[in-house]
Amino acid sequence: METRYKILLVDDDPDLLEVYRDTLALLPSQPEVHTAPSGARAMAMLEADSYRLLISDLKMPKMDGLQLLSVVRRKFPELRTVVLTSMSDENFRSRVYSLGVDLYWHKPGSEQEMTQFLECMESLLGREYDEAGFRGVQSKSLMDLVQLECISQSSTVLRITNGPFVGRIWVNQGEVVDSEMEELRGEDAFQKILRWKAGNFEFLPDEPHRPRTIFKSYNALLLESAQASDERSNADTSHNRPANAPAQPGAPRSSGLTEIVNTDCVEFAMKTVADTMVDSRGLENPEHIAGWMRQSLDRFHALGQTLQAGGLQQITGIGPQRNVAVAQKGGANLCVGWKNTLDATEVRDRMKKILTLWAS
Amino acid sequence: MGFLTSFFKRAKPLLQLHSGSFSMDRSGNVLATTLPTSFPQSLVQEIGRCVVETFRSSQAAQLPLEELVVHYPGLKITAREMRGGAIVFLSAPNISAPTQQTS
Repeated sequence: METRYKILLVDDDPDLLEVYRDTLALLPSQPEVHTAPSGARAMAMLEADSYRLLISDLKMPKMDGLQLLSVVRRKFPELRTVVLTSMSDENFRSRVYSLGVDLYWHKPGSEQEMTQFLECMESLLGREYDEAGFRGVQSKSLMDLVQLECISQSSTVLRITNGPFVGRIWVNQGEVVDSEMEELRGEDAFQKILRWKAGNFEFLPDEPHRPRTIFKSYNALLLESAQASDERSNADTSHNRPANAPAQPGAPRSSGLTEIVNTDCVEFAMKTVADTMVDSRGLENPEHIAGWMRQSLDRFHALGQTLQAGGLQQITGIGPQRNVAVAQKGGANLCVGWKNTLDATEVRDRMKKILTLWAS
Repeated sequence: MGFLTSFFKRAKPLLQLHSGSFSMDRSGNVLATTLPTSFPQSLVQEIGRCVVETFRSSQAAQLPLEELVVHYPGLKITAREMRGGAIVFLSAPNISAPTQQTS
């Protein structure tokens, strides 16, 4: 018998709950839609039953949506979460995404928006956990998204977040007119963003008066991006993977270590998968540090479970000779040694960027 | 209140993570703490043990460390090495506090 996923819808407006319950029940996967008028009631229902998706309003009395989501992310990490709100405050959007919520969605105001919303909910219900891919649409790559927007002659701003990085692509009447990512603008930013393999994205209102910095057709831009991607993957398979090291499923490429060790302030980098050393750069005797990294990760992973504090994100060590940061990504462990001129906050921020680049 | 209590009857309470600090000597004894008494002593010992062992093993790995910061979504542990023991700061994020804007 086919499984019917369960959705929990939380809003303090009973009329809205009824409308969305009836609408979501019509999704192709025919989910069971349950409703809760408050955060407290939602928590009780989540404790009592297993749900696939939680859709919550933000503004609710007593326990608001942010409080509910912060508890839910800790207690039910597998639960997919969506915020459905009428608030367009950028501050709230950032806070919601920083909680690890899958999607921040404005309450649909038109039939077209409602259709898009329902498609995304269907996608979130059906998709299995996968680290690659962009959350917010039906398993499409970023290249597919840009192509779809251009073919449909849309005007929009695509905002893409990949860990600590935020990129924007301006599409005006089916043409890519501008892009920015950190200090990059134009084509450079566009190509950099298209390299990302995972993240979140959202569509912002179009900005028709955005100055144009990209003059190539979208076809040419996407072709260049595809060629660059092919060249990178060819380079990986022919040069960078050790002959005796089979590729680990789900693990990021080992070639990333060379890029990492060439990053400013990095002294060494090392990667292990389970108990096996896969690769290291900048270390003469990496075994000692590999052992310390594994022990520390095991120790603090277990501590996190005991404390119910969520999954271990990063360990940062500050030492008189060098600093070090340890994290796990895609089933592999990464240890990066940093110059001791950096403080703990700087190490953490730089490590976040390294992890994002590494995964991409 | 009775209405809410009936809903939470079956729920196992989530451990509340507090902000505060404690110090531990090299033998694993907790010397002083600012954590509330409701926070289990066994967990204080466990956190201290993990931190002290990590400092020790880092020296054995020829990677001596003086400070350690461990990040979880619900807790940040900051520890400073102190003559074989450690002083440990726990910081639980406050959801009501404003967050820094990154873009």
